[in-house]
Amino acid sequence: MNQTLLSLRSLSKQFDGKSILDSLDLDIYDGEFLTLLGPSGCGKTTLLRLMAGFEHPDAGSITLAGQDLTHTAPEHRPLNTVFQNYALFPHMTVFDNVAYGLKMEKRPKEEIRQRVEEALAMVQLEDFAGRKPHQLSGGQQQRVAIARAVVKRPKVLLLDEPLSALDYKLRRTMQVELKRLQRELGITFVFVTHDQEEALSMSDRVVVLKDGLIQQLGTPREVYERPANLFTARFVGETNFFPGHVDRANGDETITVDVFGLKRTFRKPDFPVSEGQPLHVLLRPEDIRVLAPDDADGVPGKVVERNYKGSTLDSVIHLADGTEVLASEFFDEDDPAFDYRLGEPVRVSWVDGWEWLLPQEGEPEQEAATDA
Amino acid sequence: MRNLMQQPFRTAVLVLVWGWLLFLVLAPNLLVVGASVMTRSPGTFISLPLTLDAYRQLFDPLYLEVFLHSLYMAAVTTTVCLLIGYPFAWSLSKVGKQRQVLLIFLLIVPFWTNSLVRTYALKLILATNGLLNSALMSLGWIDEPVQMLYTEGAVVIGLVYLLLPFMILPLYSVFEDLREDLLRASHDLGAGRFSTFIHVIVPMTLPGVLAGIMLVLLPAMGLFFVPDILGGSRNLLVGNVIKNQFLDARNWPFGAAASIMLTLAMAFLMFAHRLSKRRIGEDGV
Repeated sequence: MNQTLLSLRSLSKQFDGKSILDSLDLDIYDGEFLTLLGPSGCGKTTLLRLMAGFEHPDAGSITLAGQDLTHTAPEHRPLNTVFQNYALFPHMTVFDNVAYGLKMEKRPKEEIRQRVEEALAMVQLEDFAGRKPHQLSGGQQQRVAIARAVVKRPKVLLLDEPLSALDYKLRRTMQVELKRLQRELGITFVFVTHDQEEALSMSDRVVVLKDGLIQQLGTPREVYERPANLFTARFVGETNFFPGHVDRANGDETITVDVFGLKRTFRKPDFPVSEGQPLHVLLRPEDIRVLAPDDADGVPGKVVERNYKGSTLDSVIHLADGTEVLASEFFDEDDPAFDYRLGEPVRVSWVDGWEWLLPQEGEPEQEAATDA
Repeated sequence: MRNLMQQPFRTAVLVLVWGWLLFLVLAPNLLVVGASVMTRSPGTFISLPLTLDAYRQLFDPLYLEVFLHSLYMAAVTTTVCLLIGYPFAWSLSKVGKQRQVLLIFLLIVPFWTNSLVRTYALKLILATNGLLNSALMSLGWIDEPVQMLYTEGAVVIGLVYLLLPFMILPLYSVFEDLREDLLRASHDLGAGRFSTFIHVIVPMTLPGVLAGIMLVLLPAMGLFFVPDILGGSRNLLVGNVIKNQFLDARNWPFGAAASIMLTLAMAFLMFAHRLSKRRIGEDGV
């Protein structure tokens, strides 16, 4: 395990003088489910196309298990792609679509038939072999596209936002199904998406990309709980950014931080801290504790919005200084009627140790602090 | 009825369209069908009794030879148009949008000049003392003028010149619709350029090919003024036969029968075109 299969070294790519990828390094492990996550224009699709061979890098190299693929044509790479709009051949039946790659390999007819049937069974489309793509629903077309790509038994399967055209419910089903396929086939999946929820729920590791640079590479848990910078923190999930400054560094592995006048003791972060240094205290909405207005702990505020989400109650609380706090609380079985009135005074607190500290980055997007 | 009164605009448009179709499309065609099954008459052009003589005459060896020669020239024209038009349309779909607009504009500009006039211009180029012969002679490539006018080649050149845009435009439209990701998918699945061309590009552009053939092959058999100007007496088209039967030989039933044969051939091609489009999941013409 954790053996590097596909290795990208200092890949750079420009389009019309605009740099899309800038000296990017990435090792993809054998058998893992890796997600490239980022907003549109971050270079994730370009990166996928470089791996597939549809584009060629201006600089850098791509090697697969020691074999240099940098300038190999797509038809000679042991990688296959599931395209965003499926790209099924409209003039061929489902069977012929799936068989296409094997026919190109000049496999014997009987082997082709058997493998195509297996692949179709795997995506539960055995009965649709004779249909044309336009006679299938979006979800079925999606599954044909997957069968067509995996029937070649590629070393790596590249998926370019394959679920973005499906509706929410179907997307969830396909997420589970893709995950199952990946486990059963043991093929390395490289999955491109801009949907952070999808990335977190499916991946072994997530690569967060922005402007062609890797912002963070880690497990979904690492990326969510310990974001490497403000961008990752904002892009992956919802986050409260509280302004704080270091009150004093304690001798042990803790520091005391002043947040809204509260003196809290936090774990010492990885970055160097000095007394008086401003920093961001990150707390996910589910880390926030909403207390009664007469509680001794916390910061006073009032509820300005409440959203019933089924299993949680999500609220927006305005603190006295105008800071907006997102809180997400699970319903308590003992108190099924648990709810807030708008304007209700409360106090906001959290459990120390659940916070995450980031240094100030001196960047201008400060206002967009609570992007989804 | 009340509905019709309430929507005067809609009614007017419908009446106009249906009236047009009835009086200017259906009625003339019915007249042609009618004429084709009647007897030739010197005074009134056609008369009773009804007969299939005209159709029988179509298979007369003399006319059959003219038809086959006409079909041959039209087929050569279509093939040449396809061989030029296919790569042309393909590259046209590949260039930048602005150049595409310019190139299509240039393709359409000749239409602003009457095709008869353009055919006469071609005659000036191909004539024994014409531009082409003079140019070749001054270059020293030939010593004396080559006979180009009044040959089969001249007719084909004239037909290709007039009909090429009709091949390019439908092909351009299918190449425009050919999605890049289908070609990528084909390469991704292990197909090289040639396999991709055979298995994806050709079938995907087939409706355009058939539409182009439809727009070139049949007109190529009907453009009677091209052989009249460029072809001399031996390179006749079906169009010439039909024209001669109506205007010179005064044999209306035979002319009508010949033109119905052309219409049927057209219907057959349209049917094939429809089938090819249905194959790739698009609706008919």
